[in-house]
Amino acid sequence: MALPSLTAAPRRIGPRRRRIGPGRILAWVALAVLLLVTLYPFVWMLRTAFTSNRAIFNGDFSLVPADPTLINFSRVLGHASAEEAIAAGGSGAQVDFWLYLRNSVIFTAALVAGQVGFSATAAYAFARLRFRGRDALFTVFLAGLMVPPIFTVLPNFALVRDLGWLDTFPGLLAPYLLMTPFAIFFLRQFFLGIPPEIEDAATIDGAGKITVFWRIILPMSTVPLSTLAVITAVFAWNEYLWPQLTGKDDGVRLLNVALGVFAQSSPTSSPDWAGLMAAATLQVLPVLLLLIVFGRKLVNSIGFTGIK
Amino acid sequence: MTLTVGRAGPARATGQHGTRRRRPSSDARVAWLFLLPSLAGFAVFYLAPTLRGFWISLTDWNLLSEPRFVGLDNYRDMLADGKFWNALRITAEYVVINIGSQTVLALAIAVLMDRLTRSVLVRAAIVVPWLVPNVTVAIVTLFMLDHNVGFVNHVLELLGLEAQAFYGDSDQAIATIALVNTWRNMGYTALLFFAGMQMIPRNLYEAAAVDGAGEWTMFRRVTLPLLRPVTVLVLVVSVIGSFQIFDTVAVTTKGGPADATRVIYYYIYQKAFNEFHMGYAAAMAATLFAILIALTATQMRMLRASTSDLR
Repeated sequence: MALPSLTAAPRRIGPRRRRIGPGRILAWVALAVLLLVTLYPFVWMLRTAFTSNRAIFNGDFSLVPADPTLINFSRVLGHASAEEAIAAGGSGAQVDFWLYLRNSVIFTAALVAGQVGFSATAAYAFARLRFRGRDALFTVFLAGLMVPPIFTVLPNFALVRDLGWLDTFPGLLAPYLLMTPFAIFFLRQFFLGIPPEIEDAATIDGAGKITVFWRIILPMSTVPLSTLAVITAVFAWNEYLWPQLTGKDDGVRLLNVALGVFAQSSPTSSPDWAGLMAAATLQVLPVLLLLIVFGRKLVNSIGFTGIK
Repeated sequence: MTLTVGRAGPARATGQHGTRRRRPSSDARVAWLFLLPSLAGFAVFYLAPTLRGFWISLTDWNLLSEPRFVGLDNYRDMLADGKFWNALRITAEYVVINIGSQTVLALAIAVLMDRLTRSVLVRAAIVVPWLVPNVTVAIVTLFMLDHNVGFVNHVLELLGLEAQAFYGDSDQAIATIALVNTWRNMGYTALLFFAGMQMIPRNLYEAAAVDGAGEWTMFRRVTLPLLRPVTVLVLVVSVIGSFQIFDTVAVTTKGGPADATRVIYYYIYQKAFNEFHMGYAAAMAATLFAILIALTATQMRMLRASTSDLR
């Protein structure tokens, strides 16, 4: 199959392997340090989530908190009373975690389904179907990549407001749901790599283009489709500017936005660090889950394609 | 913007297909059906707002009243606005620090991985910060870099150095934000470089080793020149992304202290959604758009000049 390989080719190590010299040890140390710097903030976040605010402000820097506590999680999740929360150093503000998680999951799932589905049909049209103006239209789509989001956010906000879609899921999703130039470009690359002979055989057997797409192209493209789905999910989970502008209401507020609000409600003189780290931990967990399940696919796909 | 390291040749596929076209009329009907949702999305949320954005930039509009046409007044005001120039200068500072450090570190990580290990675990670990939302990264680093109880200052004090305010110091804030995002993106960028390095034929290294070249010489004489097309593409993509710094500023410093981190994206946002000067904000956004196009065009020219390295 002529599909571009998604996995980095395993390399022969044999003849190139060198003796273990001081340079090699130094290189390993450097890589280890970089990995430590990369991961340590998350270790510290996790550790702090189990530490009391009192211990933090008393200057406890031990890796394992002396007096581990679950109060921060129960505060953030709204299981602790306001008095308990304030006693633990919080502002009394809560993150309605399950509601915001639900919103984020709806947002992410809808965005992934819409974008991948609609982009797949469009990408197939651009890759394989003959029609007048195809390449010109594709160029125009690609040019969409150049427009900085802030430029379209202003009119899009006005549009969504005029439609009465502020603080609704349609408003939150509208700019992303039907397409992004990137998704179409990404899938088109893969469809171009599928040998036309396969489709021609089906066409000779009397199958129409729609049947070919459903029965042949889509089943052959599960790898790029799921790769795009994972990338899109990461993007949706990370999105901040538009959701915080159009989804302020609790019913549609995303976890990401809620976390930002929670951070801003924390007093600046003595911030509720423990609560913030507990909330951040809860926000990171789904990402880690994604990494554990799709780790290999994700890491290899980054090799193939890069987005902002 | 996409960086393709695969081998799918668009020219080849379309070229072949062109010669065997059949029933073009039925193709067109299916094609427009397949394109309909994307076309609608593109027209309504990309094309129309782009055109409308330029129109808004020529008006005085507060989102409530009718927009009033004012010609180029917004652009004239913008050029006379010290805050606008300050925002551009700070953004440039941010981009230089961020892209400079990020590219160097990412190259280093990619080379280390290329020479030491193929482990998926290492590659997955190095990309973790990129998977974490900007908001979360902002909150976690706000704590890590806190003046009083932050871990980084704890380490500095252990080393006998003075504690720093980082986000809270107007001299350090923009560099802090730039380096935080370097930390977030360097692993991801390293994976892009790493993928590019896998395309370099191994026998070149073997030949260099036979000639007695050390690691540094190999890096300078083999890796860097052959990686140049990938490097330029990575730079194009990451420079555009870097100019759009917003989330970290919005959560950590809100443009402060003393305007030291009011980057152009944040200034546009403030003008539009805090002060409701939509026309003025649109004029600045249009200017940013123009700057990005000019930058990309320049970088693309560099790219085209450098594609012939791998024969």
